[in-house]
Amino acid sequence: MHWQPSASLAALRARAAMLQRIRAFFMARDVLEVEVPCLDAFPNTDPNMATIEAQCDGRTHYLQTSPEYAMKRLLARDGVSIYSLGKAFRDGEIGPRHNPEFTMLEWYRVGMDWQALMREVAALCQACAEGITSLEAPRFHSYSDVFMRFVGIDPHHAPLSRLREVCQHVTDIGELSLSRVECLDLLFSYAIEPHLGARGLQFVFDYPACMAALANVEQRSDGTPVTRRFELYFRGIELANGYQELTDAEEQSRRFAADEARRVQEGKPAYRGDPRLVSALQQGLPRCAGVALGVDRLLMSLLGEQELHAVQAFPLHRA
Amino acid sequence: MAHYSTNEFKPGLKVLLDGEPCSILENEYVKPGKGQAFNRVRLRNLNTGRTWDRTFRSGESLEGADVMDVDMEYLYTDGEFYYFMEPSTFEQHQADAKAVGETVKWLKEQDVCTITLFNGVPLSITPPNFVELEIVETDPGVRGDTATGGTKPARLATGAVVRVPLFIDQGEVIRCDTRSGEYVNRVKQS
Repeated sequence: MHWQPSASLAALRARAAMLQRIRAFFMARDVLEVEVPCLDAFPNTDPNMATIEAQCDGRTHYLQTSPEYAMKRLLARDGVSIYSLGKAFRDGEIGPRHNPEFTMLEWYRVGMDWQALMREVAALCQACAEGITSLEAPRFHSYSDVFMRFVGIDPHHAPLSRLREVCQHVTDIGELSLSRVECLDLLFSYAIEPHLGARGLQFVFDYPACMAALANVEQRSDGTPVTRRFELYFRGIELANGYQELTDAEEQSRRFAADEARRVQEGKPAYRGDPRLVSALQQGLPRCAGVALGVDRLLMSLLGEQELHAVQAFPLHRA
Repeated sequence: MAHYSTNEFKPGLKVLLDGEPCSILENEYVKPGKGQAFNRVRLRNLNTGRTWDRTFRSGESLEGADVMDVDMEYLYTDGEFYYFMEPSTFEQHQADAKAVGETVKWLKEQDVCTITLFNGVPLSITPPNFVELEIVETDPGVRGDTATGGTKPARLATGAVVRVPLFIDQGEVIRCDTRSGEYVNRVKQS
């Protein structure tokens, strides 16, 4: 048992300075800091997310996996750009680049589109990098582009059999019958992500429609439906994930129901979607783009560290 | 046997994969930002000794393998099987040539080896790190030559061939490191 923190004092100073810079960045842009509860009455329905349950006031509550639902309720009432800098929790996510409790920066920009938001994310990272490391100008590539470049296939149109074949080539998957999304996730994680952002910030956008989560799906110029979603990579790891936010309450209800059905099918707890989010969307969410950024990972990669425990005082096994 | 989920895959855990007993060497959690998490697992197939990289969906589980390491004394061979005894219970186990493998060249009666049992049957034999064996064949020793550092091959009583210094003679007993297959020193006969 270690009683000592795992991060050095220098790393803790860098963390404190980064939190100040983030707040100064948003202060200058008139984005309001908000706090949302860690304990929520409704869990995240995403089947790939394991929510930690906690007992409170005689009822099961859920440690938030992101402040998204609560922030959208704020957006629906007040319609101003907001950010939240706080803890998020995801069970089972443990590894050199994962800790079940981590610091998440999430913000929503009213009236801004996802492309402008990508540039703002880059500006924030630049501000955080000042005095630590110098970053090359950010690069922007579509999901198709990076697949073609590193895997040589078209992720939107390649048949499932071909995707499975390429997966088997990348790693031994045994008898796993991977779905289309799983194949894409595997190929992205194994064969693409390690190469992204080697020299500077790299944004990937226009994800396949089957990976929409809470983003808007639109037609690309060639008619292919794409998700208006982007991710930011730096030095081979994912730092942020942003959306042109879904504002349609009915579509939101359908996605909740689809999540729940998939959870049941996979033998996971059947979580009901938060009806208050649907009500908020019915009231009207302003057109906005939003993004979540892993603060620990940003700090880790800027400092050139390989593992999160170098920047977290007490990761899970010391907490 | 118990089942183990991917988050319990710690180095050293013994599991059954496609019917083969394996020991987990590494387990890496891989997750795209939003999406399916995987575990990239490196295992050693205890049957073949080969390492194996396999990807699992996070949360999948494997059956544990009934694999145990037990120290046993080597007794003898009848030409087909090799017989070992657990010193505490006097229980005897027979290992076939496949299980003994390369270790045969270090096997000396009464030496204590580590036997890896799979479902109670010897799967592999690990010799002691150091064994003392008699040289049965080598060129005559070069008297007094302890400084030039030259070596020559020497055949040991068990069949192993090691390189020894020039001053070593046939009939002498030497100490060898079985992991590197190298000569360590000469053993004075009492």
